Formats: sequence, C-alpha cells, structure tokens
Amino acid sequence: MTETVTANGFKLDTGGQRVVVDPICRIEGHLRIEVNVDDNNVIRNAVSTGNMWRGLEVILKGRDPRDAWAFTERICGVCTGVHALTSVRAVEDALGIQIPENANHIRNLMMLAQYTQDHLVHFYHLHALDWVDVVSALKADPKATSTLQQSISSWPKSSPGYFRDTQARLKRFVESGQLGPFANAYWGSPAYKLPPEANLMAVTHYLEALDFQREIVKIHTIFGGRNPHPNWVVGGMPCSFSLNENGAINMEWLNLVSSIIDRSINFVDQVYIPDLKAIASFYKEWTYGGGLSSKNLLSYGDFPNVANDWSQDNMLMPGGAILNGDLSKVHEVDVRDPEQIQEFVTHSWYKYPDENQGLHPWDGITVPNFVLGPDAKGTKTDIKQLDENAKYSFIKAPRWRGNAMEVGPLARYVVAYARGDEEIKDQVDGLLHDLDLPLPAIFSTLGRTAARGLECSWAAHKMRYVFDNMMANLKAGDTATANMDKWEPNTWPGDVKGVGHVEAPRGSLGHWVHIKDTKIENYQAVVPTTWNASPRDPAGNIGAYEAALLGTPMADVKQPLEILRTVHSFDPCLACSTHVMTPDGEELASVKVR
Amino acid sequence: MGIEQTFYEAMREHGITRRSFLKFCSLTAAGLGMGPEFAGKIAYALETKPRTPVIWLHGLECTCCTESFIRSGHPLASDVILSMISLDYDDTLMAAAGYQAEEILEQTIAKYDGNFILACEGNPPLNEDGMYCIQGGKPYVEKLRRMASHCKAIIAWGSCASWGCVQAAHPNPTRATPIHKVITDKPVIKVPGCPPIAEVMTGVITYMLTFDRFPELDRQGRPKMFYSARNHDKCYRRPHFDAGQFVEHFDDEGARKGYCLYKVGCKGPTTHNACASMEWNGGLSWPVKSGHGCLGCSEDNFWDRGSFYSTVTDLNVAGRVEATANKVGGVLAGAAAIGVAAHAAASVISHLKDNNKGGASHD
Repeated sequence: MTETVTANGFKLDTGGQRVVVDPICRIEGHLRIEVNVDDNNVIRNAVSTGNMWRGLEVILKGRDPRDAWAFTERICGVCTGVHALTSVRAVEDALGIQIPENANHIRNLMMLAQYTQDHLVHFYHLHALDWVDVVSALKADPKATSTLQQSISSWPKSSPGYFRDTQARLKRFVESGQLGPFANAYWGSPAYKLPPEANLMAVTHYLEALDFQREIVKIHTIFGGRNPHPNWVVGGMPCSFSLNENGAINMEWLNLVSSIIDRSINFVDQVYIPDLKAIASFYKEWTYGGGLSSKNLLSYGDFPNVANDWSQDNMLMPGGAILNGDLSKVHEVDVRDPEQIQEFVTHSWYKYPDENQGLHPWDGITVPNFVLGPDAKGTKTDIKQLDENAKYSFIKAPRWRGNAMEVGPLARYVVAYARGDEEIKDQVDGLLHDLDLPLPAIFSTLGRTAARGLECSWAAHKMRYVFDNMMANLKAGDTATANMDKWEPNTWPGDVKGVGHVEAPRGSLGHWVHIKDTKIENYQAVVPTTWNASPRDPAGNIGAYEAALLGTPMADVKQPLEILRTVHSFDPCLACSTHVMTPDGEELASVKVR
Repeated sequence: MGIEQTFYEAMREHGITRRSFLKFCSLTAAGLGMGPEFAGKIAYALETKPRTPVIWLHGLECTCCTESFIRSGHPLASDVILSMISLDYDDTLMAAAGYQAEEILEQTIAKYDGNFILACEGNPPLNEDGMYCIQGGKPYVEKLRRMASHCKAIIAWGSCASWGCVQAAHPNPTRATPIHKVITDKPVIKVPGCPPIAEVMTGVITYMLTFDRFPELDRQGRPKMFYSARNHDKCYRRPHFDAGQFVEHFDDEGARKGYCLYKVGCKGPTTHNACASMEWNGGLSWPVKSGHGCLGCSEDNFWDRGSFYSTVTDLNVAGRVEATANKVGGVLAGAAAIGVAAHAAASVISHLKDNNKGGASHD
C-alpha cells in the first residue's frame, strides 16, 4: 500500500504479504507478532501485540504496602524476585527507610544469582533452538564434537564417549516418533548454519544447563526460603545471620553460597561463553535485528555497592540514557521527573481522558478498552489481523523524554561502555576481537544475545565480589539484616509517594507507589517488556521489537525462524509487561466490559 | 489413568489403514531429515506403548509453575521430558511457534483423543469475552475447553489453576477463574502452591505414570500425600511455638535463635502443603527455615485473608477468629500452655474452613 517513515526514522511499508505469528513460544506469557514482507520476503512492517491483561495494580489498591512485594513478585515467575525487590525499594523510598549493609549485599547477591540463572536458561532453553538444529545433532561425529569442545574450553565433560551417550539418548528420543517440545519445528531449514558437531555440543549443553540452573537458585533458597518466589521484607531481608546461635544463616549455609558462586562462574565461563562464541562465529553474516539499539537505549543502573546510595557512581552496573546513537554523551535519568518517563495508550487497549497525552506513572490511569480498529480482520474473538493504526496491544507505550527506548543487557552494556566502565569495555572489546567484528556489530540480534552472555559472566563474578564484601562486613561485627524502626504503620506519614527501580535481567523496571493513610492509594509498574514490546505512540514512534524486525529477510515466510530469533533476543516477558497499571479500582469496575 | 492404546491402535480406530500409517512413518522420518530406514523404527515405536502425551497450557499466570517444575531434582526435569512423558505442547519450552505450534493441538486430538493429560498452568479470564488472555487471536478459554473436552484428565498446576491466585484476588478485574469451575466434566487434580514444590509436581506426574491412576485426593481435589498436613504440624520450629518462644520482629534476638514466626504473620497453622516435610530446591530450606513466615500460598484465596504479617489465621471466618488469635497471641509471649491453646484454636478454624469448602469444591 504505502511507504511511510516513522517519527523515529524507520521506513514502513504495509504492502506485500501479511504474516501472523501467534503464539510466539519460548517466552514468558502471550505475544503476537504480525509482519508485512515484500516480494523478496524482507520484513517491511512489524506489529507487536501483548495478548494478556491481569490487572494486578487494581488488586493492590487499598492493601498494606508491606504486602505489595508478594503480589508484585507474582507478576513474573521467570524473573522471580525482581518485582519483589523493586516493590520493597519503592515502599522504603516512600517511607524513608534505610536498609542495613547486609540486606543490600543479600539483595545484590539474590539479584545477581537471578541474572546468572535467568540468562543461562534464556540462552539454552528459550533462545538456542533459533540457532541450533536439534535433528542435525544426530548426524554428528561425537569425536568431532569432542575435538571442538576441547578446542574452545577446559570444561571436563568433553570426551567422545560423553557426546556419544547424549547422541544415543537423543536418537532414541527422536526414533520414538514422539518429539515432545521439539515437534513441528524448523529442523533442516537453510537458516540453520551450524555444522552437526556444533549442534551436538549445543544440544548436550541444553541438557546440562537444564540440570545446572537449579543449583544457582539455591542462593534464593538460603536467603529467601525458596525459588521460584523467595521471600523479602520491607526494611531489609527476612533472614537473620547467626554465627553463634543455631537458628539462622550460619557458616555452613554461607559456605554453600560460596560454593554455588564458584560453580556458577565455572559453568558460565567454561560452557556458556565458549558456546556463545562458537555459535556466533557461524552467524556473523546474520547482521539483522539492530532496530533501536543503535539509537536510543535506557538503563537505570543497579547493584548499589553501599546501601542506600542511589548515585550512579555507587552502582556496580552504571545507568543512563543514550539518544540518537551518540555514545559520547550519557544522559542522566530521573524516574521522579514527570517530564521524563511517560506512558501513552493511543495504540493500547486502555482509555485515557486525553488519548494523545502521556502520563507519568505517579499520575497514570488505566481503564481497559479492548476495541479493534476499522481495518482489523476477523471478529472480536477470532482476530485474523490487527489494525496497527488503531489500538492493538495490552502493552502501553512508555517513552523517555518522548523517545521509544530499548532496555535490557545490550542497553546496559552500551550505556556502561559509553560511561567508560573498564570491566564492561574489556569484555565487549575482547569478544569483538575474538570474533573479528567492529563495535557497530553489537547493534543487532546477535549483539543482544552476546551482551546477555557477557552479562551472565559479569553477574557470576560479581556474586563473588559481593559475597566477599558481605563476609568482610560480618567479620567487622555487623550482622544486622533488617531495619524495623518504621515497621509499624503508626510511624508512617499520612500521604507519601515513593519509587523503586531495578535493572531486571530483561531491562529497566520501576514501581511507583502512593501510600495514603497506611494503605496503597495507587501502584504502578513500568517493566522491561513494556519498553521493548511497546506499540506505536501518538507521535508515530515504533517500539523496539517492531524496529528490530524491519529489514530482516526470511528464508521461508511459513517458517518464522528469523522473527523468533530477533524477538527472543529481547527475552520477552509478557506477564510482566501486560499486567499493567491502574490507580483506581472503582473507575475500572464502572467500565462495561461485556 | 494409563493409556492402553498405542498411537497405531488409535489411528486404526480412526479408520486409518496400515498402509497410511506406514506412509505417515516414512513422512515423519523424511520430515526429520532421516533416511527411510528410520521409518520402520518409528513405526515400531508407535505400535508399542508410547510415552504419555502431555499438553501443557498457559492461561493468565506468571510461569512460576514451569520454573518450579524445571527445578526438580528427583526426577530431573530433563528425564521427565525426555523419558517419561511426551511434552507435546508447552508454549514456554516448545521449539515451534504460531501455526506450527497450534497445529500440534489438533494433531494431538486426532492421535490421542481421550488419552492425553491436560496440564493447566494459570487460568482463563472470563470478562471481555475471554479476551484478557488471547492466544492465536482467540480467547484462551476456548482453547482450554477444546483441549479439555478431548483429554483424559486434567492437572491443575499451582494456585492459579487450582484456586484463581493473584489475578483473582479482590476485585478480580478480569474474572480469572480456576479450572474446575470452567471444566466440570473431567477429573481434575489440584496441585496448589505459588508455585508448587518442584518435587511435588514431578511426584504427581510420576505417580500417575507408575500407578495408572490419580493419587488419593482429599475433599478439595488435592493429593493427600502432599497436602494432608499443615506446615505447622510438621514445622521444625514447632517446639518454640509450644514453648511460647516467638520472633517479635524480623532480625530480633528470637529470629537469630530460630524461634516461632507465628507472631510475625506465619500462616503455617492453616496451610496445607509439604514445605515443612519436603522443603524446597532439593530439600535445602523453606520459607520458615529462612526466617519469613509462611504466606499460605497453597490455600484458596490466600491473597484476601489480611496482611501477610498479621497474626491472624483466617479472616474469612470473620471477627470471631481475629479476636481469638489476637487475644491469645497477646497472652502467648511466655506461656507454653496457652501457646497450645492458640494452636488448638487455629486447628479448629482450619477444620471449619475445610468443612465449609468440602462440599462445594468436590470434584
């Protein structure tokens, strides 16, 4: 039909064939992608749709703010704990609570453990099958796989016999004719580039990583009682240290934490990173999927080295914003400034009094409004094609100073790189050197995937650093884990607002809370996938998924492998992005929904 | 519970000839990029007992059940998926997407009608014609109903599928509804918890595969082997409760000594689950052992029973209970005998609650 250029500079063409992928699997939650491809099967238009709404903030209204972490933790069980931490930070900010150093160390440790486990599971179990052909692994010579493995890593599980055993198991599985989660997929597609021996290595590590990931989360079990969904508390952590009593975290458990850290570092550095490099080396030509990443990136920064100091200098992962690809300037981000973060619903299934106005989360409102546009095809309960010129997603459109932003590991890495963080720079430059690629190569689907791998290693090593700091603090005699001075609601001010932010594995996450007369008056969350999977805004800016898909050639439009690759590189979490916000349960209840 | 029919037998029953069956095997082998010699092997496998097909659907949820499932230490999740069941559909883990993914559902109905297990994580919202959870352009509840009508039995994973959980908390804006209230003509086993313990999940599956039936269920449809005791009954801190030794605030002296968490809101006395006996993540710890009270996450509507930090055991039975618990809690501090009385009160409350629920939720 027509060719247009978006406000953020992307060329769209809504002619050609429309391809719908729904559901996008191997993600958290329910996501739909529609694209238009031209005569050469190149994607010229992309539409990202959040397919679910749960209304958690409606549910939070009127509740005890000390309970909010448990509700918000259930926003997502994949990135478990991240909403809980954001929530306790928001409430502590509102009530002016300072947490003990140990609580800060434990929270950092738990969040770093989450990065390590989450990134590992994402790479092997949610993303690898976009690059790795499982069936091709059957054709591998286990000796060649062993040689390959031993040439890239000192990981001990590398004998020909080991890979032969895995291959035999896989063969039995495939020969059974019951392919389970591997059924009906895209095996044999020309888009797969790995030789059989590399495929066998990756499939073997798919299984190894599945077994190992459950070790990493034991750090949550020790400090938070279980995983998924460990426990937290406003004012610090619910666990106590007791080096002299038999009733709390003692030397044995601390030794276990230390041991898990060592094993995590080994696994990530000897299995994940070598696999990542090996796989990437076969896909260097596949340079697609950059989208917004070479333009606008956002990170709040996280992991305060010292408790209660939110300055970027104190962050182990420094944050900021990059605009228009200008790496020479990192902009400061203020989550309290009503002019900076705003959300729009022009193209979202919600209603605002003024549909073209953005609202800061402290002032935000949400009333669901599920209507299809005039050009949508199908019916209300059997949608064939959405109309992206109207409302088309349960995800709102958050913007920073009016700009659509990409968040996540790549955003964090580019921001930290631009800030001159030595560790991050060494990692990035080292990887690019090993793969013989220039810096701009990271603005791509593979760059996103690579940044996540580097960050997994970074997080595993940072666990050691934080653990050692915590032990030094304990040695100095400070064993406190919780500050209960303002635990009782009668010590709280009558009307306060607070904000908490976390760099979650998938990107920048913020919770904004308004507490009135000791109860939650309003609670809102703007989450990583809200940024990345964002629909269009009234100015016409497209979101990060939509931008990243443009220009990508598909080998076969019936096999959406390329779409999966790029969308998976963001590690979507739809339960997070689409629980979305509302301050006013009553207002919602008045909406006629049937 | 067992699947007597092999895939081959099921196909024959549907009027498919042996010739067509063998052709299907050849096509499957070719589709997998393997030589014709594999067709015979596939045919042999399909003629003998197959792994039980499992269709794992996701409604409104947070995926914590899947995450918990893959934490299982015995058996390992990889062994369950590769050797015990055939996880033919699970949108969180499956390689295919879009049309290829949804096609598997119809294939499953064709091949295994009445013979597959439907595992439900999350629940369907019924407001807005079901469109608060859209899958393939249609309401999730449609997909759930279609698959349920052809399945053998349903596993309701977690508190979302069993009770409604967080999105069904007041005022339940999407009208999120537990599985047994939408599907009323199939056996449902509830495996509640937010999430359930990993080894409880794999334990339920392996029991069903081993014994060809559901484990024995209680009146609310939960397997007795995991949900018949309250966490309080098996709690290792119980002697401190009986001795009237309580944590008054997080990280106080009592917390460091591992005293009872009843007064900082522990819901163990009214929570039926296996946390205290099996513990989490390979038997390493559980919430109470780490220092936080039990949230009661395996109980119906645990979100709407007052604050997680209030020393109240059940707000559903109103003032009487609140008064009892507060009053007893106030006297408790040093008196062992009254501690037992408080526990007795909590037990009665829990018992009342079960009685209230028993009839309505019986499946």
